[in-house]
Amino acid sequence: MADPKKQIALDFHKTLKDLAPVLLQHVEQGHMDEATATLVTLQHARQAGSKDNEFAAVLKEKAGELHRRIEAGELESALVTLQEMQDARDRGLYLEVGRLTRALHNAITNFHIDSDPSERVEALSEMSDATDRLDYVIQLTEKAANTTLDLVEESLPLAEGLSVESVRLKAEWKRLVDRDISADEFRTLYREVDSFFDQVTDQTGQLSNNLSNILMAQDFQDLTGQVINRVTGLVKEIEASLVDLVYMASQVEEITGIVRDGKPTREKDNLKGEGPQINKAAEDVVSNQDDVDDLLSSLGF
Amino acid sequence: MNKNMKILVVDDFSTMRRIVKNLLRDLGFSNTHEADDGNTAWPMLQSGEFDFVVTDWNMPGMTGMDLLKKIRADERLKSTPVLMVTAEAKRDQIVAAAQAGVNGYVVKPFTAAALKEKIERIFERVDG
Repeated sequence: MADPKKQIALDFHKTLKDLAPVLLQHVEQGHMDEATATLVTLQHARQAGSKDNEFAAVLKEKAGELHRRIEAGELESALVTLQEMQDARDRGLYLEVGRLTRALHNAITNFHIDSDPSERVEALSEMSDATDRLDYVIQLTEKAANTTLDLVEESLPLAEGLSVESVRLKAEWKRLVDRDISADEFRTLYREVDSFFDQVTDQTGQLSNNLSNILMAQDFQDLTGQVINRVTGLVKEIEASLVDLVYMASQVEEITGIVRDGKPTREKDNLKGEGPQINKAAEDVVSNQDDVDDLLSSLGF
Repeated sequence: MNKNMKILVVDDFSTMRRIVKNLLRDLGFSNTHEADDGNTAWPMLQSGEFDFVVTDWNMPGMTGMDLLKKIRADERLKSTPVLMVTAEAKRDQIVAAAQAGVNGYVVKPFTAAALKEKIERIFERVDG
């Protein structure tokens, strides 16, 4: 029979040989997510080659020893062997817990948004930094929305005023065209038209000024986009670490023989409200107002 | 449709309340009041003679759905028309709102035309 350790090493070399070109290809093409995934697979393969199976080898060796000692009636040394088996198992677990804790910690501490070297970030947990940044997004978008609404509310009466005044003057003007106007009225109209030109110049100037300020108020998009991208990156890293953690937990369950009962449950209370649906193509989601109207009319609305 | 009717706009985001108020003003309704969730809206509804409620669904405190149910369960307020303007877009949510007695349902993002049409339909039914 082949040495199990050798066999594992061979398996790992084969995996390495298979995956190395894939990894290179991903890196060259700039597919960093895929590249990371490949690296994780390799890492797992390497651990299978080292720790897990190291433990299996120790277990096998010690089990034989334990058996011999019990047969020989050496109970005390049998207990020592048993303890050694226990220790080997614990060591594997501790190592894995330690490694994953470090990975998770790294994922969190490596999170920097436009990290300013002069900024003293060490006091602040990076997670709370991330939530602060998201608060900043809310502030920026709220400010932009309010600025825009202010300017629109300021502009609407201007446009309305110009429209009302031009309709009124047009009527007066028609009387002039029809030669149905007195000399006094003409003089008044003359002054009014003159001041209307001033009003138009003045207020259209203000309108275009407001419009360009509305334009400028959209500059938040660039900043919020950057911040949100960073936070998305952090969430992805944490998710990857959590997947590792789940993987480790399953190893723990395997080694310790813990049996979980039941399936994970996820209950949702529809009436609480879920916020916007991102996936408009999902079966149970309406994609637009027409869908809502169809649904309601099918209910007799 | 009475253009002077008293309207309560309930939404936790002030910008959304402003947008709805502006659209309503465009439609000729200027008698609008604001509340930022169901808990704030409820005492206002109790003390003021509101003719119409436009509410969001997802709000901290009391949700629009709970507010709707509370209005329908109240002897004095139960016939007040309620329009839901919300990002909630699941079919069973819309069915639940219909069962709770909503008079109209507009999903965000929405257009001024959609809001206008729903309001007109609601008052065609109420008046007619």
